[in-house]
Amino acid sequence: MRRMAILTAAGLLAIVVLAPVIWLMILSVSSTADIYTVPLRWIPSDWDLSRYGRLLAPDPSGNTSPFLLALRNSLIVGVAGTVAALAISAPAAWHISRAHAGEGLLHVMVGTYMLPQTVMALPLYVMLSSSGLLNRPAGLVIVYLGFLVPFTTWLLKTGFDQVPRQLDEAARVDGLGAFGIMVRIGIPIARASIATTALFALLMAWDEFFYALLFTSNAAAKTVTVAIVDFTSGRVSDYGLVAAGGVVAALPPVLIGVLLQRHLISGLTAGGVKG
Amino acid sequence: MKKYLIATLLVLSLAIHLALARPVAADDAKTLNVLVMSDTAYSDKDVSSMTASFNTEHPDINVKVDFVPYAGLRDRILLSQGSDGAYDVVLIDVIWLAEFVKRDLIIDVTDRVDSSLRSQVFDGAWKTADLNGRLYGFPWLVDAKFLYYNKKMLSDAGFSAPPKTWDEMNNQAQVLKDKGIVKFPIVWNWGQNEEIVCDFAYLLAARGGQFFASDGKPAFQSEGAKVLDYMRSQIHSGIANPSSREYNAEDGRRAFLSGEAAFSFNWQYVYALSKNPAESKVVGQVGVAPVPAGPGAPEGTSVNGSMALSITKTSKHPEEAWTYVTFMTSKDLQDKYAKAVLPVWTASYSDPAVVAGQEELAAAAAPNFKNMVLRPVIANYVQMSSALQEGIQAVLYDKAEPDAVLADIASSVGNQ
Amino acid sequence: MRRPIFVMRGGSALAVRRRSAEGFAFLSPVVIVLVVTVGGPLLFTLAISFTSASFLGTLADLRIVGLRNYVTVLTSTSFQHAFIVTIEFALFTVTAEMLLGLGTGLLLAEEFPGRTLLRVLLIVPWAIPTVVNAITWRLIYAPDFGALNALLQQTGVITDYRSWLGDPSLALYAIGVADIWKNFPIVGLIVLAALQTAPRDLYDAAHVDGAGIFRRFSTITLPHIAGPLMVALILRTIDTIKVFDIVWVMTRGGPFSSTKPMSMLVYERTFSNLESGIGSAIAFIITLVCLVFIIAYTRLLKRQSRSA
Repeated sequence: MRRMAILTAAGLLAIVVLAPVIWLMILSVSSTADIYTVPLRWIPSDWDLSRYGRLLAPDPSGNTSPFLLALRNSLIVGVAGTVAALAISAPAAWHISRAHAGEGLLHVMVGTYMLPQTVMALPLYVMLSSSGLLNRPAGLVIVYLGFLVPFTTWLLKTGFDQVPRQLDEAARVDGLGAFGIMVRIGIPIARASIATTALFALLMAWDEFFYALLFTSNAAAKTVTVAIVDFTSGRVSDYGLVAAGGVVAALPPVLIGVLLQRHLISGLTAGGVKG
Repeated sequence: MKKYLIATLLVLSLAIHLALARPVAADDAKTLNVLVMSDTAYSDKDVSSMTASFNTEHPDINVKVDFVPYAGLRDRILLSQGSDGAYDVVLIDVIWLAEFVKRDLIIDVTDRVDSSLRSQVFDGAWKTADLNGRLYGFPWLVDAKFLYYNKKMLSDAGFSAPPKTWDEMNNQAQVLKDKGIVKFPIVWNWGQNEEIVCDFAYLLAARGGQFFASDGKPAFQSEGAKVLDYMRSQIHSGIANPSSREYNAEDGRRAFLSGEAAFSFNWQYVYALSKNPAESKVVGQVGVAPVPAGPGAPEGTSVNGSMALSITKTSKHPEEAWTYVTFMTSKDLQDKYAKAVLPVWTASYSDPAVVAGQEELAAAAAPNFKNMVLRPVIANYVQMSSALQEGIQAVLYDKAEPDAVLADIASSVGNQ
Repeated sequence: MRRPIFVMRGGSALAVRRRSAEGFAFLSPVVIVLVVTVGGPLLFTLAISFTSASFLGTLADLRIVGLRNYVTVLTSTSFQHAFIVTIEFALFTVTAEMLLGLGTGLLLAEEFPGRTLLRVLLIVPWAIPTVVNAITWRLIYAPDFGALNALLQQTGVITDYRSWLGDPSLALYAIGVADIWKNFPIVGLIVLAALQTAPRDLYDAAHVDGAGIFRRFSTITLPHIAGPLMVALILRTIDTIKVFDIVWVMTRGGPFSSTKPMSMLVYERTFSNLESGIGSAIAFIITLVCLVFIIAYTRLLKRQSRSA
């Protein structure tokens, strides 16, 4: 009896979690006629796979598809942001982990990460505008550091905490200074944690919308989140195309998430829950 | 430590380099960035093709066009002000002209326009570029709200012609409902967006009302209250589709082209769509007429929805930008694409080749473009429109009374 | 390179000085980034909120108006309405997420075939970008062809398709459902992780003792997950107070402003209406509300790390 209840609940959960995603994918390959048929045919009778081609193909004047450019921009901003965030936060995370100092700073940083974006939007706009960085991936990367760095510092600190202190001692005996220990001992041993942190950061950058909406205008810097929302606000004649855009935009983060789910969970819970 | 610093610097510079990478150098000799609305009556493909022809004709200029939905167009224009030369040419709506001029966002081009051209383009179209006698762009789209009607439904009810006055239209709608020909004879686009203010504008004008008196004081309260009463009764009487309160232009035209309504007020783009079997279930049944006459206004007192191409203050290539604008607004080009969008040039309408296949639309356009009214030409129009949108919606959802709503708006807008 | 050893652990004054120099070097990049991208902007916004600044305006137009912006904002119906919308949204979504997350975590703690697979699947809603989620649900709610309408109609619950996001009384909750869907799985996984730290024999002992399900839950399970659950609660609450993306994409604040939260008001006032002073004031009020929760969060973390 209990077993039945558990299995039913589990089945229900699986359906609830998957249904929207699967329907989005089905929508992306359904013909327009099928989409509007009432009662709705859940499995399309006419498969239309052209949307993915249309999304990524060059436009009539021979220029690269704007959606493809947006994907590229998201990738550039995500990778550059992650790399920069890691480089900046690793020393801080190491120091906080080792010297048991700066924990206050860590708490302040975690606090800033939770501030609303709206309160920093205007000054950031002015800052980017006056330095000519509006509508440039570099500008967006700088802004993104504001929320990536606290996060990566936090996670890296947790990761470095796992590195045994005896190794520090041994390295110090060998004559290494603090930087050297971090580079030669800390980073290699904590590399799994660093990799997880990097992928987390990439996910966060990819997901971001508000700042991208404000600080990017055209194809030079527009990220995929802004591009796909532009799809939906205009005159939409093909919802299947919108769905296809959604699927493509969601593919990288979902793949990362699924491949790393074990690390992600332990990273989240260890860092956020146990302090 | 030194090694670490060097390594970090290398990594950081790699990151910066990646971030600064751009598809093509945006400051190339003559690259123009243009911002237009996506899916105007011209399709995005049309605009891209026109631009491609321009690029071929002018090998020293490379124009790139960005499309943004109308809902985001004004914000995008404002937000891109902070980056030099983000856009050289932008498409502006007639309602933003006063504001953009006041904020010095677009440049004065009066001296670039040949005075002989003034008479060749509709007066109403000039309103989207002409402020106090100075020109700040060139009209690219001339548009107004048309009355679309379903010929078959009307003839089923015994009407052989579309209504010429508002009274006639209300009467016809009532008959259609009583005879059970259609459940909701009229579909309006009264969602919380600019459309609802457009409709308010010509409904106000139909009664002889106006937004501001000649001394600048708000004058829309009393006639406006009657307009709101009318709008509210449309919903309550069941003449209008109650979902109208959520509809924008697209929703409204979809409902009308699915055969769910007999009357719809919408922009010119619906005419071409009505003949497309992929978008319309009522191909061949759609007629288009000028906005009906009212006690205070002649036939065709519609609302001016024109748009102009303007050059931004921050553009680094105003000369080339103007070349592009001239090209896109030229009579020959507009005539070529006349099937999609009616030209701004008056002469085109007497050209049989241009109006072929859309005589009805061109005929309805004449009174519409002649008599269409403007929404308030004030710098803070957007705030007033926001307040109107919310206020009118409040009345339609029975959350507020017309007098209170209009009094509020009048006091917050103040004298102009 | 060999260097003589001067630094002893916990040793001389030299060691302390070197450590502070180290600390400075290690921490300064982070501090610089935060000052430039967070601290500075925060103070700037605070300053602007006391002026009549206008976006794209010039410094010449700037006038100091003291607290007038705040008074205007707090007394304006649109702000009060947006505040209520935000709170309603927060209460609805966070409560549902905690309950559903709790249930999910408890479920996943049980043994059944496919349990690992299910755990992996739960990552998907979390990984999907917020805007893609918003678009997906907008399509689900679509009045002409959406999956919800289709499902309800085909199961006989409704006869006609209807609009969900266009109904002022339903729209906010419709958006809430989309947000809940995206977030309850991660709460479930947090609960699961916490449950897995509970010692098994404690359960068995209690079972043998004859303790009922509820007793077992409240005395053994709950204490173990209370901490992480509290943390998740606070984090999610802060998120919902800031909410912007999902509402922007699904309804833009309509219909009839029934789904317009405070953050959207900030965007409107600052960038659309160009009234930056007012927009900044609203932004700061949101920040103060968030601060309450942020402080609660840091206190909770400190307490947990002390007891850990």
